[in-house]
Amino acid sequence: MERDTDAEYIAKVRQGDPASFEPLVLKYQPRVFATARRYARREDEVADIVQDVFIKAYQKLDSFRGDAPFEHWLMRLAVHTCYDHLRRHQRRPESTFTELTDDENDWLDRTLAAPEDTSEDTDAARALVQRLLEMLPPPARLVITLLEIERRSVKEIAEITGWSPTLVKVRAFRARAEMRKCVERLARDKYL
Amino acid sequence: MKTAKLEQKLLAAARTVPADDRVPYAFEKGIMARIRDLRPVDRWAGWSRLLWQAAVPCVALTVVLSALAVSLPATGQKAQTPLDVQFETVVYAAMDYPEGSW
Repeated sequence: MERDTDAEYIAKVRQGDPASFEPLVLKYQPRVFATARRYARREDEVADIVQDVFIKAYQKLDSFRGDAPFEHWLMRLAVHTCYDHLRRHQRRPESTFTELTDDENDWLDRTLAAPEDTSEDTDAARALVQRLLEMLPPPARLVITLLEIERRSVKEIAEITGWSPTLVKVRAFRARAEMRKCVERLARDKYL
Repeated sequence: MKTAKLEQKLLAAARTVPADDRVPYAFEKGIMARIRDLRPVDRWAGWSRLLWQAAVPCVALTVVLSALAVSLPATGQKAQTPLDVQFETVVYAAMDYPEGSW
């Protein structure tokens, strides 16, 4: 039923009624915002990404064949746009471990002293993960986010990214190695 | 070992982050305004622009090669053969020796 409604709006847009695109924007913008916030920190960057996603979706609507739900097609476009954003705004690795906050330092101290301890300040841990992710090259960050954080399967990632399952596995292997290196650097820098 | 545990804990913490799907007020209005301002995509515009950009280097290359051809001294018997004959020889070379072209 929902899919039919999307299809109706899409058909109207294709017939030359751009206003019919607004219900689709209203319906899917929360999901696109949630995806964009995984890859960009600043709100102005997030808003730019979301705007790009919907404008691309509007311009490429003719390439949507309707075999799969519109939502899947749109989310694939969103992930691609986020990936492009990562590639354009790649940070220098050395710029991210400077100036950890007190909370982040405390969390690191406690975890390195007692790794089995389950007491957690998840906000500090989340901030540290964000720093780690920003150090990774774009393909590694994308794979770690989709595979380790969103818990998607290799097949799903292959569908979303357009990479072959083998390439996803290779990139996942490399990404984990890169991530491990960054964690080691984080732990080492802490005690230098 | 410690770093492996640290990594696991960090990723576990990242998984607990709830999806932040807040949308700024009237965000869709901005998108729709942009969409209304979009001009229809001209599929030939990019191709035409590329062709025009390629025209200048092509003309420049032609001029340079022509100048070189005119200014270089003709040497040997082969160079005295008219250009049209040389061109014809090259183009029809495969037809003269069809077995050699396979």
